[in-house]
Parts: sequence; structure tokens; C-alpha cells
Amino acid sequence: MSDVLSAPHVMEFPYTRSTGPVVGAFLTGLRDQKVLAYHSSDGTVVCPPPEYDAHTVAPVEAAKLIEVASEGVVTSWSWNPAPRDGNPFDRPFAWALVKLDGADTSMLHALDAERGAIETGMRVRIRWAAERVGFINDIACFEPAGG
Amino acid sequence: MSEPVTGITTPIRMEYRYTPGRTTSDFLKAMKGGRMEGRRCPSCRKVYFPARGGCSMCGREFAETVPIKETGTLATFAVVNVNFANRVIDLPYVTAEVVFDGADTTTMVLLRGVSPEEVRMGMRVKAHWIPKEEWDYSLANIDYVEPIDEPDAEYDSYKDLV
Ligand SMILES: [Zn+2]
Repeated sequence: MSDVLSAPHVMEFPYTRSTGPVVGAFLTGLRDQKVLAYHSSDGTVVCPPPEYDAHTVAPVEAAKLIEVASEGVVTSWSWNPAPRDGNPFDRPFAWALVKLDGADTSMLHALDAERGAIETGMRVRIRWAAERVGFINDIACFEPAGG
Repeated sequence: MSEPVTGITTPIRMEYRYTPGRTTSDFLKAMKGGRMEGRRCPSCRKVYFPARGGCSMCGREFAETVPIKETGTLATFAVVNVNFANRVIDLPYVTAEVVFDGADTTTMVLLRGVSPEEVRMGMRVKAHWIPKEEWDYSLANIDYVEPIDEPDAEYDSYKDLV
């Protein structure tokens, strides 16, 4: 029995996706440093906005999206000690679920903070990317907001 | 920039270290040396080329290595007319399923040296290799097959492979 071969193998797909009206409006909002959400039929404010109402299943109208704050509270988080290619940072950071003020649901994004400083309930705010193009990375990350 | 966002690009990239396993490693080493090697099933006696570790019909592990010839029979084919990304061959071209002499399975390979209108099942063909200096651990060492001056094979000889 001889040695088994091995070789590097890279698989890459350059997907282009259409956003549809709701995600498109959400990303357009991020480009303008606004976070849009959906005031759903049961009264809750869902952020990011869904494409259909979870209860009536009616299509969500982009024109009826509402703005929520760019500050909020960490509802859960997970430390990433070994960032990989494509992660927002090349040093350890946290993934956090953040409920923005005015919203009833949480969104996932990176949180740039010391590990020891992170706790559920901490106040955070959006750090906007310097160059915004209409993509989720227009939010560079969340950062501690103090107070 | 004030147009609403209607599209995004989301490139996906995965980096692997790929290992083909024991049998295919041996197969690829033979290819690098310019040899075509199949494996024979101890139960049904069929010879698989490219070599596999075991028989898909009997479930038996292969042990016997069998030399395969560079000549073969075109069992079936497709004429490619439709353009696609990263295409390197001029359209139209012919993709052939060839059963190389000594094998009982087909291998997908490019057919050259004949116009698409003249291609037919049963044609006898021969492998054309890339230059020896470029041989690698790859079936792509066989650049293409081309017709040879032999009578077409009888349909019964390849009917189970179409
Ligand atoms: Zn078998």
C-alpha cells in the first residue's frame, strides 16, 4: 500500500442575488445609516424586516417599513476566539444578537469588545462602515455604547 | 449613489485539503507515469476504469489491478452547443463516453478530430495525451480521444454502457 495523495482544493461561487423589495429597502436604509424594521400584524416590530408577515402571511410592503434606533441591547452572544477568512475581524471578537431600541427581535452581527466586558444586557451601538454600498457590512460591527 | 439596492454579490469560497483515498491515489500515480490502470471486481469480474475501491454492483473490494489500453469504443456522446462560463473549447464540441479496451465502464472525455455530424456510437477512438513534461496526478493527462481507422464496434459490445 502506497501513500495517499492529497492536494489543496478551492471551490468558489461568485453569486449575484436579487434582493427583492424588502431586503432591498433594508440594505438601501443601511447605506443611508438607517435601520428599517417591520411593524407586524401582531404588534411586534421585527428587525431585520421579513418579506412576509409571520401571522397573516401577507407580503410586507417596503414603503411601510419603520425606522428603529442604531443603539440597542445584547440579548445573547458567542465568543469567536479563532477568526477565519471572511470574518469581519482578524482578531478574536464576539457574534452578538442585538435588539435595537424600537424593535422586539434581535439581529445577528459582530461585536467589537473585550471578552471580559461583554454581557447579556449590555448597551451597544452600530459602528457604521466608512464606505457604505447597500450591504449588511455597511454595519461594520456593534460596539459598546456605555451607560 | 441614490438608486435603491436591488442586487448584491455574495461570493462563497471554501478551501479544502482534498484526499482521493487509496485506490484513486494509486490510479492517479499511474496516470502521472503515463499508465492507465483499472481494477477488477473479484465477484462479477468487471473492470472499472477510472479505478474504484470497490464494485458498485457487488459491494466487493477490488484487489486486482488491470492495465487498460489507450484505444476504446465511443459508447455514447453529447454535442455541446450551449455557451457557459469559463469555457475553453470552441463550440460546438463533442463530449464522449468511451469504454477503453480492457475496461467495462465508460470514461467521459473530449472527442476531437471529427465534426459533430460524423460522430456515431461504436466509433473506435484512441487517447491523445498532453505533453509528457506536463503529466500530473490527473485523468486530464488524456487531453482528448480521436477517431482511428478501425471498423465500428458491434452494438452488443457496448450496449450495457449507453
Ligand atoms: Zn462486481
